Amino acid sequence: MTNHYNDLMNSDCILMMGANPAENHPISMKWVLKAKERGATLITVDPRYTRSAAKSHIYAPMRSGTDIAILGGMIKYILDNDLYFRDYVVNYTNAPQLVNPDYRFDEEQGLFSGFEKVGEMPFADFGFYDKTTWTFQKDADGIALRDETLQDPNCVFQLMKKHYERYTLERVSDTAGTSVEDLEAVYSAFAATGAPDKAGTSMYAMGWTQHTSGVQNIRSMAMIQLLLGNVGQPGGGVNALRGTSNVQGSTDQALLFHIIPGYMPTPRANLASLQDYNATTPSSPDPKSANWWQNRPKYIASLLKAMYPDQDPEESYNYMPKLDVGQNASWLVLFDQMHNGKFKGFFSWGMNPATSGSNANKNREALAQLDWMVCVNPFDNETASFWKGPGVDPGNVKTEVFFLPPALFAEKEGAVTNSGRWAQWRYQGPKPLGQCARDGDIMLEIFRRVRTLYEEEGGAFPDPILNLNQKDMAKEGATFPNRYDPHKVAKVMNGYFTRDTTINGTTYSAGTQVPSFPSLQDDGSTCSGNWLFCGSYTEAGNMMARRDKTQTEMQSNIGLFPNWSWAWPVNRRVLYNRASVDPQGNPYNPERAVIRWENGQWVGDVPDGGWPPGERHPFIMRPQGYGQFFGPGLADGPFPEHYEALECPYEEQPFSAQLHNPTALHFEADKEAACDPRYPFVGTTYRVCEHWQTGLMTRWTPWLLEAMPQQFAEIDPELARLREINNGDMVIVESVRGQIEAVAMVTPRVQPFTVMGQTLHMVGLPWHYGWVYPEYGGDSANLLTPSVGDPNTGIPETKAFMVNIRKK
Amino acid sequence: MDGKGFFIDLTRCTACRGCQVACKQWHNHPAEDTRNWGSFQNPPDLSYVTYKLVRMEEYVENGQVKDWLFFPDQCRHCIQPPCKMVGDMDDERAILQDFDTGAVLFTERTNNLFFDEILASCPYDIPRLDEATNLQGKCDMCFDRVINDKLPACVLVCPTGAMNFGDLDEMRQMADERLEVVKEEFPNAVLGDPNALRVIVLFHREPTRFHHAAVASLHGPGRFTRKQAFAKMFGNRKALI
Repeated sequence: MTNHYNDLMNSDCILMMGANPAENHPISMKWVLKAKERGATLITVDPRYTRSAAKSHIYAPMRSGTDIAILGGMIKYILDNDLYFRDYVVNYTNAPQLVNPDYRFDEEQGLFSGFEKVGEMPFADFGFYDKTTWTFQKDADGIALRDETLQDPNCVFQLMKKHYERYTLERVSDTAGTSVEDLEAVYSAFAATGAPDKAGTSMYAMGWTQHTSGVQNIRSMAMIQLLLGNVGQPGGGVNALRGTSNVQGSTDQALLFHIIPGYMPTPRANLASLQDYNATTPSSPDPKSANWWQNRPKYIASLLKAMYPDQDPEESYNYMPKLDVGQNASWLVLFDQMHNGKFKGFFSWGMNPATSGSNANKNREALAQLDWMVCVNPFDNETASFWKGPGVDPGNVKTEVFFLPPALFAEKEGAVTNSGRWAQWRYQGPKPLGQCARDGDIMLEIFRRVRTLYEEEGGAFPDPILNLNQKDMAKEGATFPNRYDPHKVAKVMNGYFTRDTTINGTTYSAGTQVPSFPSLQDDGSTCSGNWLFCGSYTEAGNMMARRDKTQTEMQSNIGLFPNWSWAWPVNRRVLYNRASVDPQGNPYNPERAVIRWENGQWVGDVPDGGWPPGERHPFIMRPQGYGQFFGPGLADGPFPEHYEALECPYEEQPFSAQLHNPTALHFEADKEAACDPRYPFVGTTYRVCEHWQTGLMTRWTPWLLEAMPQQFAEIDPELARLREINNGDMVIVESVRGQIEAVAMVTPRVQPFTVMGQTLHMVGLPWHYGWVYPEYGGDSANLLTPSVGDPNTGIPETKAFMVNIRKK
Repeated sequence: MDGKGFFIDLTRCTACRGCQVACKQWHNHPAEDTRNWGSFQNPPDLSYVTYKLVRMEEYVENGQVKDWLFFPDQCRHCIQPPCKMVGDMDDERAILQDFDTGAVLFTERTNNLFFDEILASCPYDIPRLDEATNLQGKCDMCFDRVINDKLPACVLVCPTGAMNFGDLDEMRQMADERLEVVKEEFPNAVLGDPNALRVIVLFHREPTRFHHAAVASLHGPGRFTRKQAFAKMFGNRKALI
């Protein structure tokens, strides 16, 4: 989240689209309803009438997979009706920047300049982009040229206007199945937050991300928020509701393959030395651009010192595992490689890919290609027991499975970082049952034994193992399962001085905790396991454990509690907050100010850098310092463009001749069924309030299972009549990849869509169930979903695919 | 002292069912062996081991959903509980009313009562029977928690402020104030029998759209059973002896 949960109450309009907060983030509704009581308009745009829709003023149904059409239509609506916040757009975004005159978008073909065709998918070309024309015109110093009148035909603003000319209400309605009236209701309510003293916010989750245009869905919203001047404002922003309680924390710590802790890029094989790696540090010729990433060499050096305290960073950089150039090691690729027999072993730790992963049958087959698998989970699950699953003969499975029982979340001490970036320290509740051990202890023990093997037997390249820092993780003298020390880990994550160091006249002795990341150094004199968390555990103590509600009047006005827990970065609660004030430092919305320049200093939240107003552009993490309408960094285009899901019902779409995202991640050997009459209905998956993820924990919790006992399929009454299905009947839902049984839930909360003159039905499926337990629960809806993904992230497209449904 | 009360604001209920589960957890009630019956609502009804149930009803007009109505149903803890009036005819220690809180409590002597009579006496269709033991059960206001200055489990867990608990006069005031505000968006909003009950529910749409027995007055004027009529006339039978 750019903002945080209780900041939602400051909003004048909340757009819940690609998320269902009442069911999947239920506590957030506390703040959503507070906003409503303060006069905010609540909007739900969703294929189904959900529990969130029930609390909204406006509900607009939409066909799954048409978010960019709807949001692109909103961009056009805002531009056509002059509802954008002009000062903000001119001062703080790249709208005035002049784009390379060779940049093109072919409106008929639906392709950006630089497309290189590699092959064909059914009904579409497939390839990648050479992005050399996706650039800006620059002056002699290398700073992008700007036309602040926004009139130059090559400026971003005009190109954006031209790009979205095609996104008329009628065309969007024809594509999304949303009525023109509903679209106008949504657009006018949300666009009203373009007034300087109004803020609109967006709550999104997997409903936006899990598409072959997932990243562009979110970029569309970011563009709307920049047009309306909502980024940096209390009650504004683009707010990702993370799927699990600590997924924000695990992403901060390098959950994903392409980043290492603190969102630094993973080293690649062509960057052989630390010098090579640092040569890729973002730079900016513009003195007004803070370009915060210019500090990256300090953060990588400090990370390396945290991991390898006894080596110089130049040496320990060689220990870092490196991706090949161009290598994609995301989820779908990993399972494809596993399926092809490329892995010997696999740790399935706190996850259940036989149920959670798209195209789950493929994942189940892939697990059988392993020599060994370690499952760390509190309950038996479809992954751990795949070898005795439906249709599997255990005698034919070679995989040896080890099952390790971990302590549950309440049974261990440590920090959990929520979607709003608050790291909140928890004490231990009950002690772990039986032989259950904390994850940290399991990791340390595996490491200790592997290290002993290297010590005793040697092996290829033992240095990264033998030199790894243990003193900052383990209690001295303790043994398994009592070695792991969460305070030590938190302290090294913050970082300390490795030797006596003087910064700006202050001397810090060796071993002193680093106060904040501006003090981190690139010469090995500081360590920090994650620069973003530098400041979370200082000489003043564990900031994450703070529960102090003290606040100033200005802070209390917007529900900002700077002394409650700790938020990265530097305890800043609203990101990009320098964009909430004009270039003189006066809040655009004085009634709900987040920062203000007063008597030569900033008051309120921690500002995005302490420079006086107007001295730096507000988007300090971007090299140019501006919010980006034109985003040249993505794989599939600098502007979001509507394409159909890879599995879609139609052979053509109204926006261009390009049916699918031409850069989408897909695998030749896997089955998809685009425009296949055997699978005429749109399938989509989601979660319900009563279960969590694959249900691995909640299916075993009797009161939750009682409330939501079984796989179901939500369908509209017309489809039910068509297929002679009654409410409560058992049905079979099938895709080209597999089939499941479910209880039919025939409900007017789901309605057929009229798309390009045709009636289209949808089948909605939760994905919380699996064959292990309960026996009547049904198997995973992910047996149906396709192994295709977004070209930027590789996230699978589980929200729009094609199925059939029939009575059992 | 007016005792305690609940205020249940249905405009704030998101049907997360935290209350339903917290109730089971505090009372250590077992889960029922449910199946999906074509509805999100489960268990399908209140039972001897389900004191609190979030009812979920679609409000449909011309085939289109206008609203999805959520109603965390429970005993209303009547100020003059008809179940107790009827029960006292057979065993005055079977149903108790706590003097301080006003909580209506079913004891282990409810097996001395006739369930049909007790159920028929309740305008809100609340009491449920355990056929194995012939005991009757319903919400006990988390009496054990309340006398230890703790909130009822359902109120403690509610994330949105739909469930509220406190002194009855405060709850009445909260309900009246909230009704005024809610009427701006929902002109037909009402409080369910606010003067007769300790559990005051704000219905933002017609109460019967939430549940057929959501409010008492809709059943028409009191259809007293013979026993209820006697109970009303003479009070506690044993007191007369």
